[in-house]
Amino acid sequence: MAAQVTVLGVFDHGRQAALGARAIVDGDLGKVVAYSPVPDHDLDQALHVTVSPVRLFVLIGGLLGCATGFLFPIYTVLDWPMITGGKPLISIPPFVVIAFELTILFGAIGGMVGFLLMARLPRLTGKPAPDERFSNDMTGIKVLCTPKEAAAVRACLERTGAREIRD
Amino acid sequence: MSFAKINDDILRTLHAPGPLWYAGILLAISALAVGAFAFLHQAQTGLGVAGYEHPILWSIYITNFVFWVGIAHSGTLISAVLFLFRARWRTAVSRSAEAMTVFAVATAGLFPILHLGRPWFFYWLIPYPNERQLWVNFRSPLVWDLFAITTYLTVSALFLYLGLMPDIAAARDKVKDWRRRIYRLLALGWLGTSRQWRHYTALYGFFAALATPLVISVHSIVSWDFAMAILPGWHSTIFAPYFVAGAIFSGTAMVITLLIPMRRIFRLETYITVHHFENLSKLMLTTSLIVGYAYVVEFFVAWYSGSPFEQGTFYDRMFGQYWVYSWVMVTCNTVLPLLLFVKAVRTSLTALFILSIFVNIGMWLERYVIIVTSLSHDFDPANWSGIYQPTWVEAAITVGSFGMFFTLFLLFIKNFPSVSITEMKETMGQAAEVGPGGASQEPV
Repeated sequence: MAAQVTVLGVFDHGRQAALGARAIVDGDLGKVVAYSPVPDHDLDQALHVTVSPVRLFVLIGGLLGCATGFLFPIYTVLDWPMITGGKPLISIPPFVVIAFELTILFGAIGGMVGFLLMARLPRLTGKPAPDERFSNDMTGIKVLCTPKEAAAVRACLERTGAREIRD
Repeated sequence: MSFAKINDDILRTLHAPGPLWYAGILLAISALAVGAFAFLHQAQTGLGVAGYEHPILWSIYITNFVFWVGIAHSGTLISAVLFLFRARWRTAVSRSAEAMTVFAVATAGLFPILHLGRPWFFYWLIPYPNERQLWVNFRSPLVWDLFAITTYLTVSALFLYLGLMPDIAAARDKVKDWRRRIYRLLALGWLGTSRQWRHYTALYGFFAALATPLVISVHSIVSWDFAMAILPGWHSTIFAPYFVAGAIFSGTAMVITLLIPMRRIFRLETYITVHHFENLSKLMLTTSLIVGYAYVVEFFVAWYSGSPFEQGTFYDRMFGQYWVYSWVMVTCNTVLPLLLFVKAVRTSLTALFILSIFVNIGMWLERYVIIVTSLSHDFDPANWSGIYQPTWVEAAITVGSFGMFFTLFLLFIKNFPSVSITEMKETMGQAAEVGPGGASQEPV
């Protein structure tokens, strides 16, 4: 495998960065990572971003919470059968309250776990973003490409309005 | 407005605040200390010092519990419900409202524990295999409360933290002092890549969708603490919606109470505008009308029920020993907010601040009236004489709870971005792009 180089383009606006990213992705010039201070739908479209699988984590967490919310109280009343308030041991209406709350609790925790896994967080020891301005007002396009493609990548970034281009 | 200016303006709030902030935190910590002292005295002496006496065995602590849970609700409404409705004006106020939610729920959560005879055994409420070989009673509203409050606190805290993550990263990259290390840790290595934003926006939407039914369920469950009992004045099906509306009403008032000084302390007039306060006051007016309607319906139901006990309780509530509290409550919650129909009141920050204080007082009294008047006028006429007077311990712990809430809130706004930088960039930044000359500063 040929050695890879990194080319970084710094843009004033997300829209310009999206044009640059699209040109590189469409031209198959390298692997693109975009950095921005806000979510940017133009960039998402340029990078052909798909729907986040976080929703599955929320769904699985929610279903697990709902099942726990019913099964756990049922287990406890069967484990130590004690009639209270003249109600049946397995009283579904009050258990609905527990199930409802646990559905939301587990769904939220599941979603958070999914987000951290998918976003590859926490990363406390890895490299910081290539430029601190990406959390402020600049959008960045980092392209991992072969040395042969680097010139074409730079040309793409320059053509679409990059303020700075560096390796 | 440029992204850089938004970034700089909001992160400026992390630097040394003015004397008003220091005065506020000093006052808040002093109040907290008073409450802590009173609690230690109560823990050492017993619940008798809290004035618990038959028939009023629930009073100030449960009043405070319901009050603080209610305060939390507006935060979720603004951060989650208005997000789902794409109400863009929420951007300027959502962060403070979310923080308020977390701190108010944390404060509320202390009161059921303070209300226990042996507060150090509070963990007995948690269902876990134990040497007593007993499980908790899942049919008890007290256990429902535990699940509801724990869930609400966890979800609100996660929601707040998720929204904060990119802003903490912005602070990490900007702040140069010792806090940089803490921000680096809390940002979890956030880079702002398109991959991270994709999952972030997805989860933010899900959190909003989960928090919306949660906020309704939590105050419904709190209302069932009362409605599940057969006591006249409590045993009513209207309680859940009545409590939810009251919660949003009181929470909105508290948001206004907090935001007006915060905006002044941190010079955030460009971001939190009169337009935002006008929208908040419209929300307060709407919920005040719902609360007023609920008051009327409560009396109608009492009359229509034909039950002399129910009718007696409500008559006593307005014309008995506690009439002053009830009429102040009605005035603060349903009469004074009618002033908000006047645009000049809605756009005057001084008037709004004063009105919000009255609403806070009125909503605290509403809970006090519901709890104390119903307990003092139960089925046994022998209990109907005498008037409940809170003790100094209850008063001090109440003051302490305000101290705790304001201490947490003031520390938060000093150390974290009190306005969402990311959302402000998205909304004001977009406004700038489409505005004439790309320099629009119109409020969003």
